[in-house]
Amino acid sequence: MTSSLAPRVAVLLLAAILPAAALADTRLATERGTNWPAVLVFAAFVVVTLGITRWAARRTRTTADFYAAGGGITGFQNGLAIAGDYMSAASFLGISAQIFADGYDGLIYSTGFLVGWPIILFLLAERFRNLGRYTFADVASFRFGQTPVRLFAAFSTLAVVIFYLIAQMVGAGQLITLLFGLPYGFAVGIVGVLMTLYVMFGGMIATTWVQIIKAVLLLGCATVMAFAVLASFDFSPDALFARAIEVKSGLAAAAGAPPAEAAARGASIMAPGNFIKDPISAISFGMALMFGTAGLPHILMRFITVPDAKAARKSVLWATGWIGYFYLLTFIIGFGAIVMVASNPAFLDPGGGLRGGGNMAAVHLASAVGGNLFLGFVSAVAFATILAVVAGLTLAGASAVSHDIYASVLRHGTAKSEDELRVSRITVLVLAAVAILLGILFEKQNVAFMVSLAFALAASGNFPVLLLSILWGGSTTRGVLWGGLVGVLTALVLTVLSPAVWVTTFGFAEAVFPYSSPTIFSMPLAFLAIFIVSKLDRSDRAALDRAGYLEQRVRSETGIGASGAARH
Amino acid sequence: MTDTTQLDSPPADTIDARPLLEVARDPRYLQLVRERSRFSWILTAIMLVVFFGYILLIAFAPELLARRIGGGVTTLGIPLGIAVILCGILLTAIYVHRANRRFDPIIREITQRPGP
Repeated sequence: MTSSLAPRVAVLLLAAILPAAALADTRLATERGTNWPAVLVFAAFVVVTLGITRWAARRTRTTADFYAAGGGITGFQNGLAIAGDYMSAASFLGISAQIFADGYDGLIYSTGFLVGWPIILFLLAERFRNLGRYTFADVASFRFGQTPVRLFAAFSTLAVVIFYLIAQMVGAGQLITLLFGLPYGFAVGIVGVLMTLYVMFGGMIATTWVQIIKAVLLLGCATVMAFAVLASFDFSPDALFARAIEVKSGLAAAAGAPPAEAAARGASIMAPGNFIKDPISAISFGMALMFGTAGLPHILMRFITVPDAKAARKSVLWATGWIGYFYLLTFIIGFGAIVMVASNPAFLDPGGGLRGGGNMAAVHLASAVGGNLFLGFVSAVAFATILAVVAGLTLAGASAVSHDIYASVLRHGTAKSEDELRVSRITVLVLAAVAILLGILFEKQNVAFMVSLAFALAASGNFPVLLLSILWGGSTTRGVLWGGLVGVLTALVLTVLSPAVWVTTFGFAEAVFPYSSPTIFSMPLAFLAIFIVSKLDRSDRAALDRAGYLEQRVRSETGIGASGAARH
Repeated sequence: MTDTTQLDSPPADTIDARPLLEVARDPRYLQLVRERSRFSWILTAIMLVVFFGYILLIAFAPELLARRIGGGVTTLGIPLGIAVILCGILLTAIYVHRANRRFDPIIREITQRPGP
């Protein structure tokens, strides 16, 4: 029954999208007429992915299929899926926009987003695969009192997922409104409905393939754009940079800057500028990116989809390679946009700003290098990018509720597989409704801080708990619980008191907490709290926790007893 | 509550595996854990030094990164930033290479139940 529903809904959905797109009446869309290539490419993506969802739904019978694709994904496939899960529209549009605006600073973000991957590989990936069944909480609570640690892990997972999800939904709504000319609420609704279909019916199998397809499309698009940019400068990056400096200087001069200042402003795109306001913020933000990556529940969950530790290891290498390659392309794309977009009045609004908003640099560049057809293709891929990321997030959130809270805490591991699956699917519906609602609610809010908050929470809660529960035999139930709570709450409170929320959102004159990221304080505090509370813990539970470490360590190092690949 | 079901009941497919506590005393296991931990932490330390070194350069010596190199307009900051990314990929590859060649065979040896 479930498998025949997906295509029917797909037809309904397409029937809804096509006329709406035809009647579209906003900005980008009207100025150029409805971009039919974009609508067609996107429709093709929807048809293919829903077809896959239907196929996946037939193979999703047990909880192992639903959460972990039966452990049957290969290392190479998982590497691509991880890349597809991680390279959000924020990376593609946001970083290229950052380079378009400030030049070099965008590269600093790229490095920060990449360097978490080696850390995951060296310290966590294989051990996580050996200990985990489905979720982050499985590993974090392995030898601890199940109820407290699982509850902490589940709620911290939900917090990370919700903040990340809001940022993606708002971004998706704005992007789709611009590209396809659909009303904002309608755009957010489409994203919500599609991600529900993928996850609810196709579980991890469908989510994985949506992410793989998206990764291939995005990498392909970015490659073509970067190649086209470099080709027009005879493959000399230096010539590209020189021309970009000229364009920026010219713009500064046109805005009325005296020649010396205009030249300086042009040259400034080749060096770090506004990114670093103070060293504390810089290091703190770097820590959030690096260690937050290692604590993102939807990313960690991907390691359970492969058969063993060797495949987990291989998937990190592939993922790191693809993601690194992508960021190098983004750098070229950003500079290409300075040269080809910033100097072309067709892409600018009367005020001199970028048409459709600052984040559209890469989209306009697509039009500049490949015309309307390529613009349509890139727009559709940007949409697909968001879908793949929200699907992964939703699955992680749903499994925290159904596997950790419902099956493990409420039913003490005695829940029937079909009951757990039902709870999972209901949670997907609820999460989608919440995401759509919050997406609409936060339409006009500044949500840029939400992604960095999600990283800060993951770095301050999940990461210390996971690392010490795996690597330090002295850690106890009480220790990781208190440490995790201290980390998460400190990160949350300091973020609220920081300029991005206290000043920008609440409108106070001065931030109580002056730095842009809390991680430099909240993460060490979490480690310290786990250490001190564990050391002082004299409870019976603590004795059990410590006694369980030897066996857990053997399992995590050798893979003995690891949940194997499903044989079907 | 004291739920230790996970420790008491390994999945059915591991019945032929060696008992965990026996492995824990195996000198080959102890040697593996020591060697792999050291290797992992060294690579982790390199990555931390490279990345936070880069961030500290940006914070305290931005003019160094703005210095032009090679006669064109390209600044030192650009190859350095790209090098941080490439270094991440390279370290990952080094780890995988060594884990495949050196650690996997030892693990296979350790986990197999000795023949009759």
